[in-house]
Amino acid sequence: MSIGAEVPRDRAKRLLLGRGRFVDDISLPRMLHLAFVRSTHAHARIEAIDCAEARALEGVVAVLTAAEIADGVASWRAEHKLFPAMAAPEQFALARDIVRWQGEAVAAVVAHSRAVAEDGAELVDVSWTELPNVVDGKQALAPDAPLLHGHMDSNLAYTTVIEAGNTRKAFESADVVVEETFRFHRHTGVSLEARGIIAEFEPGEDRLTVHQSHQTPHQQQDLYARLLGLPEHKVRVICPDVGGAFGLKHHLMADELVACVAAKLLARPIKYIADRMDSFLADIHCRDHEVTARMAFSQAGDILALEVDDLFNAGAYGQYPRTSIAEGNQISRLTGAPYRHEHYRANLAMAFLNKGILGHIRSVGHPIACAVAERLIDLGAGKLELDPIAVRRRNYLHGDDFPRTSVGGVEFEHLSLRDCLDKALTMIDVARFREDQAGLRAQGIYRGLGIATFVELTAIGPEYYGEGGQHISAQETCLMRLEASGTVRCYTGATDQGQGIDTGIQQVAADTLGLPMAAIEVISGDSALCPMGGGSWGSRGAALAGEAALRAASTLRHNILAIAASLLQKDAGCLDIKAGEVVEGGITHMSVAEIARIGHFQPYTIPHGVPADLTVTARYATTGRMFLAGNGLQIATVEVDVESGIVTPLRHLVVHDCGRILNPLLVREQVRGGVVQGIGSALYEELRYDNAGHLLTGSFADYLVPMAGEMPDIEVAHIETPTATSELGAKGAGEAGTAGAVGAILNAVNDAILPLGATIAEVPITPPRLLKALGRI
Amino acid sequence: MKARRISLTVNGEAVACEVPVRLNLVDFLRHELGLTGSHVGCEQGACGACTVLLDGQTVRGCLVLAVQADGATVETIEGAGFDDLLADLRAAFHRLNALQCGFCTPGMLLTAQELLVGNPNPSRAEIREYLSGNFCRCTGYQAIVDAVEAVAVARAS
Amino acid sequence: MLALPGEDGAIIAGGQSLLPLLNFRLAAPSCLIDIGRLDELRRIVEGDGYIEIGGLVRHCELAASAVIGEAFPLLHQAIGHIAHPGVRHRGTLGGSLAMADPAGELGACCLALEGRMSLQSVRGQRWVGAEDFFTGIYETALAGDEILTAVRLPRRGPGGIQIFKEVARRRGDFALAGLALVAGANLSNPRLALLGVADRPVLAARTMALLREDGSAMGSAVDRAVAQIGKEVDPAQDPAYPPAYRRHLVQVLLRRTLAELSP
Repeated sequence: MSIGAEVPRDRAKRLLLGRGRFVDDISLPRMLHLAFVRSTHAHARIEAIDCAEARALEGVVAVLTAAEIADGVASWRAEHKLFPAMAAPEQFALARDIVRWQGEAVAAVVAHSRAVAEDGAELVDVSWTELPNVVDGKQALAPDAPLLHGHMDSNLAYTTVIEAGNTRKAFESADVVVEETFRFHRHTGVSLEARGIIAEFEPGEDRLTVHQSHQTPHQQQDLYARLLGLPEHKVRVICPDVGGAFGLKHHLMADELVACVAAKLLARPIKYIADRMDSFLADIHCRDHEVTARMAFSQAGDILALEVDDLFNAGAYGQYPRTSIAEGNQISRLTGAPYRHEHYRANLAMAFLNKGILGHIRSVGHPIACAVAERLIDLGAGKLELDPIAVRRRNYLHGDDFPRTSVGGVEFEHLSLRDCLDKALTMIDVARFREDQAGLRAQGIYRGLGIATFVELTAIGPEYYGEGGQHISAQETCLMRLEASGTVRCYTGATDQGQGIDTGIQQVAADTLGLPMAAIEVISGDSALCPMGGGSWGSRGAALAGEAALRAASTLRHNILAIAASLLQKDAGCLDIKAGEVVEGGITHMSVAEIARIGHFQPYTIPHGVPADLTVTARYATTGRMFLAGNGLQIATVEVDVESGIVTPLRHLVVHDCGRILNPLLVREQVRGGVVQGIGSALYEELRYDNAGHLLTGSFADYLVPMAGEMPDIEVAHIETPTATSELGAKGAGEAGTAGAVGAILNAVNDAILPLGATIAEVPITPPRLLKALGRI
Repeated sequence: MKARRISLTVNGEAVACEVPVRLNLVDFLRHELGLTGSHVGCEQGACGACTVLLDGQTVRGCLVLAVQADGATVETIEGAGFDDLLADLRAAFHRLNALQCGFCTPGMLLTAQELLVGNPNPSRAEIREYLSGNFCRCTGYQAIVDAVEAVAVARAS
Repeated sequence: MLALPGEDGAIIAGGQSLLPLLNFRLAAPSCLIDIGRLDELRRIVEGDGYIEIGGLVRHCELAASAVIGEAFPLLHQAIGHIAHPGVRHRGTLGGSLAMADPAGELGACCLALEGRMSLQSVRGQRWVGAEDFFTGIYETALAGDEILTAVRLPRRGPGGIQIFKEVARRRGDFALAGLALVAGANLSNPRLALLGVADRPVLAARTMALLREDGSAMGSAVDRAVAQIGKEVDPAQDPAYPPAYRRHLVQVLLRRTLAELSP
């Protein structure tokens, strides 16, 4: 069996030799380069754009503004029919009349080299009239706030309430109530390879071919076809090696669309590679929530009720095509979800601001939902003088609670929360930690332990976007082709940015077909070659593309055995395939290679009626459920230097249940990578703007990412509860690390500073914030 | 645009050509010579993706002008691969899954190689310290540290 | 070339500070003068009562120099905080000082070590003390046609104190605040230079005077010095790291430094 084995990835070998092929590694004949003139203001009217000097520069081929591209590309609105009241103002590839965030693309310079394109961009002279701006949600929702969108009567993009039971009564009768206001600042995905695209237009055939660093080639094919007015089958999107994505690369981005329009207008290949400043300004951002939440407890430590008020500081527009609502929606639905309580109210207000567009990045909403509930539980346990671990255990959903739909509306087939906790407690001796902690405090050394329980929503079902009206596939199809030599090619709609879904599919196909892994290759990331699918996001690869591969492989195996049975005059039911040979008990009859040769070149020897297709497809989508929910918990220990405010992570452990694990080697490090991203948002990462809406963190000097020197070793263990919704039994695994790390670190820091009478509820926990909480500055 | 003629040795081959003075070394290697194994991540020396060997030492390819490499010897991930140590590191990175997207990997390998040449038995903390200027967004760094440590241990025995 | 009229030239040595500015188009000189090949500026020379470090000596070479390690362990402590190996291989002492980043480690070290900078042009050579060399944020006493060719550091007597400390968010980051303390045995003649808390590396003159008066690193003398340094520094406004934070950090660092010295 290769499923469940620690199999290294084939693709990695090429990358280790420096032979990766990322978008910027590709050069096409007659290719031109693009650079953008971006808005220097958060909110301003464009009075005039003088491109004359730029156009006159040697090497500049064209300068495009909204006027030049108006006929070549349609506008769009980020609408979602499940949220019909959500505001969805019209968006353009290049700003028309008004810019609403600093960094919005205003003009595009096309030149023979990137350097000359940037020279040209410096020569474009835009005349602005500044408009009053709003950069903070409270300010944006104030009655007299300047409006971002003239057709709206406020900056409120959307508001909704989810309610179960009667929280008012529950709070009134509770023994203990705790409340906290949290601030989760804005950050972004920061893939090391920035976004990039090469768009090539063939005017003879009206054909657009796009190489793009992206997660969803089929989605882009559909979007480019519709927005550029091309037949869909004349658009091909190829995703070569992708240097990290984390949700950054599954959207329509205006600058990338401009590259396509420019290619169409100029009939030449156009390359646009975002630089780091472009990335911080114009990538999709995430988080930026202010959450006030209250939790009610009984004296015994039962959670009675929970109320969550989320002010979601969204960007200037909704993200397209997914919209920006999901982060707020996930917070409303997921906060406190691992726990049994009946009374729940979540209020969401989403405000438009003069900041970059905000949307889906790894672990959408999860880290906030987790941190809020987990912090409240620690506060409650503290007030009740109960062990916070015991409080968690007594409130975890378990056993007969399943299947269950949470008060927030999340469906749980099963959660293994107590098992995860038990496992974690074998990995760390909490009593011993408490002893050491007390001893060290006497020496002025402040250490803390934080625990965070999370649920992980993966493998989204087709209803969310299907009912929403978006052309986003939640279904995966696998096309499997037995080559004449007996090797197999698998074509999948999932894409691989290094997570290793290619390897996972290879393992599934190998086991199902009875072939060695070396006989199987997986091909992905090409909208023309691969069957229609959703790509890779939201931890969907193993669960959906893996199951589709299993189904395709089962069909192919059935056909191979049917052919063998007809040739051998045997009952197919007696035959099996092992190590590439058709066997019957201990007898080897013939090889799969021989069947492949006959199937392709001597089909006349196979009787009619035998299913002899050697290229097969199968599809899979979940039915009747929005997500497959995994779960787990994280425990972090930290040391807080209460004089300098520096927090040092010490130990970090994760116990995680993501159903059947295809390849523990890959899952472990993916979880660790997620934890490091979570530690990044807990301690370092923040997109800071000044009051004028200017980004202050436009480079790696100011936007701090977690590096090897500060990160701890991360111990990862698994409980394996396969989902019964598929044959493979896998759920997704990509959100877990990020989902729990913020809560674990936040609780650990608070545990460390507890004896000093201080608390903190703002992330990232920077040294000045921490010292302010400690009253030292 | 001002240009200068330079000659240098890249991965053992003599190269002579005219380059714009403002062109940095990593862009020169990538776009003039087609050596796309070195990557560009930040253009300010913070991420380490552009790491190459200049006269045998790791440098940020984005913080050296191509004209400054006139007369020098440059090795990139594509060329520095004939040595046992780098081969061992590659094998360990592969076996232990010390890379996902692979964008940081060339810089990680060259930096790790330099560490082990200078310090054949580094502690995990020393490995983290030496790699602390190389950004990886996919892994948790741990598999990378594991791989470097595994090579050090294997070579010591 | 720097002396030529009409040229908006920039000198490039290791390029570790200049290249980001060029890459980000924050600087666009009309010509670059590469002094990287002037090998005579890449030497560490032991003179009579001093050591002279050429402007092109790289951070990694300083770190590897036994002569420097013995005479100025302060520099070795400081270099460990400068960026990462790939940058230390190219970055030079002269380049770092001429860039005059207020949070630069080496400027504060030279200030504490009573360094004197050799500035040279076609007009001749002159020596400027570190206290006069740094004139503002990214500003130095270098005239448009001058380059920094060397730094001369007087040798210290035996049994002296040299301590460098800083706080940075991550390894290799620019310091949020730091200090370099150089003194004779028993904290005699202390020189205390600070980084990251002003528009340039600065001496904490009044704190130095207080330490000299008290002649001690113990008890109430420590409290007085810590209080004094808090009054003495006036960090600039920074939304992420407010002045109160940097001032506090300098106090923390001084207290920790003096604690190391108490018997």
